[in-house]
Amino acid sequence: RCPAAAGVTKCGLLRHRQAGGAAAGGAYWVDSQQKRYVPVKGDYVIGIVTAKAGDVFKLDVGGSEQASLSYLAFEGTTKRNRPNVQVGDLIYGRFLVANKDMEPEMVCIDGNGRSSGMGIIGQDGFLFKVSLGLIRKLLAPKCEIIQELSQLYPFELVLGMNGRIWIKAKTVQQTLIIVNILEACEYMTAEQRKQALAKLSGN
Amino acid sequence: MKATPVSNCERRFLLRAIEERKRLDGRQCYDYRNVRISFGTDYGCCIVELGKTRVLGQVSCELVPPKPNRPTEGILFFNVELSPMAAPGFEPGRQSDLLVKLNRLIERCLRNSKCVDTESLCVVAGEKVWQIRLDLHVLNHDGNIIDAASIAGIVALCHFRRPDVSVQGEEVTVYTPEERDPVPLSIHHMPICVSFAFFQQGTYLLVDPSEREECVMDGVLVIAMNKHREICTIQSSGGIMLVKDQVLRCSKITAVKVAEMTELIQKALENDQKVRKEGGKFGFAESIPNQKITAFKMGSAAVDTNNVEEQAEEIIAKADPPSEVFAKPILHTPGTAQIGEGIENSWGDLEESEREEAAEEEGESEATAFECQTVETEETSTMSETKKDEPIVLSDSEEEEVVILEPQELPKKTRAPASCSRNHNRWKRRRRKESRNLSPANPLFYSDPDVNDTEYSCGPAWVSCPGFNC
Repeated sequence: RCPAAAGVTKCGLLRHRQAGGAAAGGAYWVDSQQKRYVPVKGDYVIGIVTAKAGDVFKLDVGGSEQASLSYLAFEGTTKRNRPNVQVGDLIYGRFLVANKDMEPEMVCIDGNGRSSGMGIIGQDGFLFKVSLGLIRKLLAPKCEIIQELSQLYPFELVLGMNGRIWIKAKTVQQTLIIVNILEACEYMTAEQRKQALAKLSGN
Repeated sequence: MKATPVSNCERRFLLRAIEERKRLDGRQCYDYRNVRISFGTDYGCCIVELGKTRVLGQVSCELVPPKPNRPTEGILFFNVELSPMAAPGFEPGRQSDLLVKLNRLIERCLRNSKCVDTESLCVVAGEKVWQIRLDLHVLNHDGNIIDAASIAGIVALCHFRRPDVSVQGEEVTVYTPEERDPVPLSIHHMPICVSFAFFQQGTYLLVDPSEREECVMDGVLVIAMNKHREICTIQSSGGIMLVKDQVLRCSKITAVKVAEMTELIQKALENDQKVRKEGGKFGFAESIPNQKITAFKMGSAAVDTNNVEEQAEEIIAKADPPSEVFAKPILHTPGTAQIGEGIENSWGDLEESEREEAAEEEGESEATAFECQTVETEETSTMSETKKDEPIVLSDSEEEEVVILEPQELPKKTRAPASCSRNHNRWKRRRRKESRNLSPANPLFYSDPDVNDTEYSCGPAWVSCPGFNC
């Protein structure tokens, strides 16, 4: 990073947002596409529990290091009341600490101590991996993909910024359909997606 | 890096899906993924893609003294390598169990079956023989490396040409390729491995397991067979107990699959031979069709009982005939040249509204979990319950409207395996129509008319090697 100017280290589209009410000043960033995740503080991710080491769970988040999650970092847990987490469970949380010098740390509560949607993800459903760009597209404010999909079947969806998506629909079949559509959305244009969904709902 | 562990819910879901006879990518229990074979410019170099699993095979030869106890036979050397780019769990320089197993299996399949005639590799008995070395590199691991590696091995061996040699008394002359055409190896038969993954103590069986299925399987049975229905190798690992008729059933399935695969391999080899003879362009650069930035074949799930939507995964061998490739670089300025043209930037077209990304500056409010618990009961219940299993009939009028090759998600594509003869004809008919209707001017949906499988290219304007997991 040079003092006077910013250099670009990733390839992609340069985007700009004007100064809005909440954010201070405008923002420039580079839209890039990648599959491997690098932990970033404040990101919401889905992790897989790999080990329980005393007071701390070790989670695999897809980065180079495993993240640690204290068992007290859930809503409503105390030293006596531990969360019921097994190895292999899925956890949705956010990064408290994530830099290249330290092992990343995750928590499942927000600043006020409430879970606000984080915690252990239920037993059913299916987890799969997509690229990071698709996740960001799905998380954008008015995402048509999710709206169109929701008109097909009801389903539960959790998106992790590390490229992992958890889906649960009523039957295995429906879940598989949604999984395949989401994976394919990466390379479909809006037109193709509309066609595919129209055929599905028409059948 | 360590491999990503399998979470409990994935395991449960996969086992449940298998019990309902559903696979992640919509295949049937006995279906193979798309097989694609492409050859390099050198003889003996090929890449086999089984779905997203990719293996590169390379054969080379050298004149060496023979082994003392076998003075009249050539030497075969096999080497399988798991490249770290194939999966995060593969590390260089470490002999994992999987690697040892693969090496042993390939050796048994190709050496002990005597598919290559080693006597013909002898030049001067007791002094000089050919040593044939086969290197297999796994480039991408999406399940079933064994099958892909065995296909790559046998294809590379069949494709390879060694220099011609003549012996006059004591003199041995090795001719260069320019002086005399190189000579193919003498291959008696083509053994091909077929893997069967077992689940729930042998109750359910899947052919060609993908990576996720491999993680949850109980064990695997590998049968190597040639098209004459001779079993070359059979190996069962994972400690599963198999009943006699299960093994017999597997061997029958293997016979069918191997026959298909052998046919594809023959076609691929013939195609490549033809191209080389006609002086056309060949090699890997030609096999990757022009203007294809990202090529992923995706299929939607086959919705059997409720909604019938079959997706086409065709098992076709591909040694691509040369596409209309311009290989000449275009010189812009001294020092910069351009080969080929980039595809039109389609990022802006992806959604109608220009979307802003939920970047970190936006704050947590934007990037919260999008738990979409839509409880819409009205249309879903009617839709899901009332459908029967009806095949979608392709009417001619529908096909005529197809101007571009449709992406894989759209239904009514049919498969080409031998078991599905009804669909086979439909598919053939559709193919001819599609190749007529292709509009090459559309930059977003370019597809090579000579290409047999339906691929499309669109998406963000960044280059990535197809099939590689980053």
